[in-house]
Amino acid sequence: MSWSYFLPYVLVMAVVTYLIRMLPLAAFRRRIGSRFIRSFLYYVPYAVLSAMTFPAILYATGSLPSACAALGVALILAWLEKSLLTVAIFASAAALVVQAVLSLA
Amino acid sequence: MNFTKGFRDGVPIGLGYLSVSFTFGMMAARGGLTIAQAVFISMTNVTSAGQLAGLNLILAGAPMLEVALTQFVINLRYALMSLSLSQKLDGSMTTLHRMLFSFCNTDEVFAVASGQRGAVGRRYLYGLIAAPYAGWALGTFLGAAAGTLLPDMLRDALGVAIYAMFVAIVVPPSKHSRPVRLAVILSAALSCAMYYLPGLSGVSGGFAIIICAVAVSAFCAKFFPIPQTVEEEESAA
Repeated sequence: MSWSYFLPYVLVMAVVTYLIRMLPLAAFRRRIGSRFIRSFLYYVPYAVLSAMTFPAILYATGSLPSACAALGVALILAWLEKSLLTVAIFASAAALVVQAVLSLA
Repeated sequence: MNFTKGFRDGVPIGLGYLSVSFTFGMMAARGGLTIAQAVFISMTNVTSAGQLAGLNLILAGAPMLEVALTQFVINLRYALMSLSLSQKLDGSMTTLHRMLFSFCNTDEVFAVASGQRGAVGRRYLYGLIAAPYAGWALGTFLGAAAGTLLPDMLRDALGVAIYAMFVAIVVPPSKHSRPVRLAVILSAALSCAMYYLPGLSGVSGGFAIIICAVAVSAFCAKFFPIPQTVEEEESAA
């Protein structure tokens, strides 16, 4: 693909994405006073991540059984408070094992 | 809370990104982009969902305005995250550093930074984004250059890594705090409802996440406002 066609698109994408990220972070220098807003912002990360994970995780591996195995392993290890890397690796391994078993059957 | 600690916390994110951006690189190459172009998108945008949607629009020759609007909607969630994180930064994060760091404030970087006790500073944050940024660029390169060489089964299994990491971020605080547990469960339920229920499932992924985040956070903030003591503890830590 020619750069003259490609470059304007990518620059527009990059600038829009950057401004969305940068403006709120640079503009809000003070501590927000309202208890409601502070509470709201406290819950945002958990709500965002949970919404991004469910139901997307069920479709992340190519088959429902392997995704469920990965989710189960992730939930158990996360409950035991294992590190992010440990949880990610064992969940992927669980998906791989189930997928391999399914492909043999 | 130094660079090394941040870097260590960023390594799992970087590894997770390798697999996600690998897929992106592969798709970009398949669509007709050169390896350099695929890597260029990743190094200037640093956002999975936005890049994927953008790539499809570029390949379709969509109008520039549509590209800009799509990026705006899909990535609007970052505004919420940046706003949330703006309350957690310490004095070392001057305006210049906020402008630099925000370039790389991805979902996962935000999640890990938010999960730290107390305020976070610039050494930690720059350490935190190092591995994810490198992983994102490297994965794109590998995917564009050699995507077809990896067995499908392995690639599929790696696809779940990023979500498993999200689970690992939200579950431990849910174990210790009932309101956080409620927020996680409510948001998952609402997200599933928006995905599966006819009539709601037309809402785009980016919008669905924003709606879930705003509705659930507002509900929990109203009925379970965070106690003053927790805040003081956090800001003093």
